[in-house]
Amino acid sequence: MTITMRQQMGLTIEELFEQDERLALVLAEISTDFFRRLLREHPQRALNLGILEQTMISVAAGMAMEGFIPVVHSITPFLVERPYEQIKDDFCYQRLGGNFISTGGSYDYSTEGMTHHGPADVPILRNLPGMQIVVPGTPREFDRLFRAAYANGAPTYFRLSVTSNPVEYPVTFGKLEVVKRGTQATVIAVGPALARVLPAVADLDVMVLYCTTVAPFDAGTLRAVSESDNIVLVEPYYEGALVADVCAAMQHRRVRIETIGVPRVVLSHYGEPEQHDEAIGFTPRGIRQRIERFLYS
Amino acid sequence: MVSDLTHIHRLMSMQTGDEKHDWSAYSTLDVLWVLYDLVLRYDAKNPRSEERDRFVLSKGHGPIAFYAILADKGFFPVEQLKNFERWEGILGGHPDRNQVPGVEASTGSLGHGLPMAVGMALALRAKKSDRRVFVLVGDGECNEGSIWESILLAGNRHLSNLTCIVINNHSSPLDLGDLAAKFAVFGWAASTINGRDHEQIYSALSQVYPDRPTAVIAEIERKQS
Repeated sequence: MTITMRQQMGLTIEELFEQDERLALVLAEISTDFFRRLLREHPQRALNLGILEQTMISVAAGMAMEGFIPVVHSITPFLVERPYEQIKDDFCYQRLGGNFISTGGSYDYSTEGMTHHGPADVPILRNLPGMQIVVPGTPREFDRLFRAAYANGAPTYFRLSVTSNPVEYPVTFGKLEVVKRGTQATVIAVGPALARVLPAVADLDVMVLYCTTVAPFDAGTLRAVSESDNIVLVEPYYEGALVADVCAAMQHRRVRIETIGVPRVVLSHYGEPEQHDEAIGFTPRGIRQRIERFLYS
Repeated sequence: MVSDLTHIHRLMSMQTGDEKHDWSAYSTLDVLWVLYDLVLRYDAKNPRSEERDRFVLSKGHGPIAFYAILADKGFFPVEQLKNFERWEGILGGHPDRNQVPGVEASTGSLGHGLPMAVGMALALRAKKSDRRVFVLVGDGECNEGSIWESILLAGNRHLSNLTCIVINNHSSPLDLGDLAAKFAVFGWAASTINGRDHEQIYSALSQVYPDRPTAVIAEIERKQS
């Protein structure tokens, strides 16, 4: 049976909660159904605070100061954008560890309009010193990466998506995975973008690197394995978040970079996420056209 | 109850180089003195002891009275006060928990300290600790939405280990009305005291209610223009 990343989140947290008494769950009314048992059986450290997202982050920070490892969860804009300053001041500035798990990447909540979209999450969090950013491509990858990073003492953002890649990789926190070898370009596919990238470049002589840890970015692997100075970034949020990291990794080479992702425009349509993918060209065909134009025209 | 705070005034002046104390700091002086002299449990040589009570200067602004009292109580050498806001110093314009012994939370952006203190109080309850959490907010800070989110939450959670002190020096641009009454309707035990009267301060801060958080509105005279 296939499950969603959000369902996997519930299972992973529930299992770890029993093993690690330092874990605390802090919710603001979202996904309470996924944590019903924890909320009932651990009312002291599994908390549904109400609809107050700024306070949710600060309360989690207060618990972290007392030795707990908080897991904070909500829909992307209410977890990242509304309380952005709380994440910056109350976790990063205080140098506290904690975990922030979003649901609804970019326009996953396509029917709800732009108030519920969150394509700015990774780009803005990338500006926070010490913030770790994880973008799993499958439920199992989330489980693996969460277990690897949740207690490492840093604030860590886990970006869950509605869509998952059809193939799982044995991903390692902080590492790029080489999933295809090639010489004419190096394509870095972030999280669920891999499912679009692999069919797009199947017959092209390009390398594909799979990125599930956006920060800290694995500059060493990119520098070591990339045979080309043509770099294509395919990111499932506002395009170009990794440009600075790629430039830093390849600083001794004259690289050309193409950024493919969500454009910075107001999205006024509803419908299905796949319709938004089609409209902005975030499909295997659209990505193929962008890469061919970048390489050959 | 009369306390001579001449030595604290001198330590405040060490930081600024004059005797014209910043109003934001001077407003907090008596409450902080009584808190650290008579109420709060702490070990200045082991400032992160589990057995301590916690204090959060939520508003972060005007920390020179806070720094002066921490130095006087032995958290760090008095000489550090001379480096207030200097490159080589640890004492910034807003306190930093990672640099200043005795500071529980880095604050400065208004509306962060009270919700962090609520988190501490929830955590202490989860750890079955009987320690208390004190947090100081300014009346101007009470314009922030997160303050009212936290007041609502703490009342709902019956956080009896939490005491919020509002220093009402009348700096709020908005009319806050009867603050004690507002806290009370959110489920707090609230009282209004003279923020310069040490006996009233001690009495209010010593009170613990078994099923409610405590709010103490400390009235301070208006700043003379």
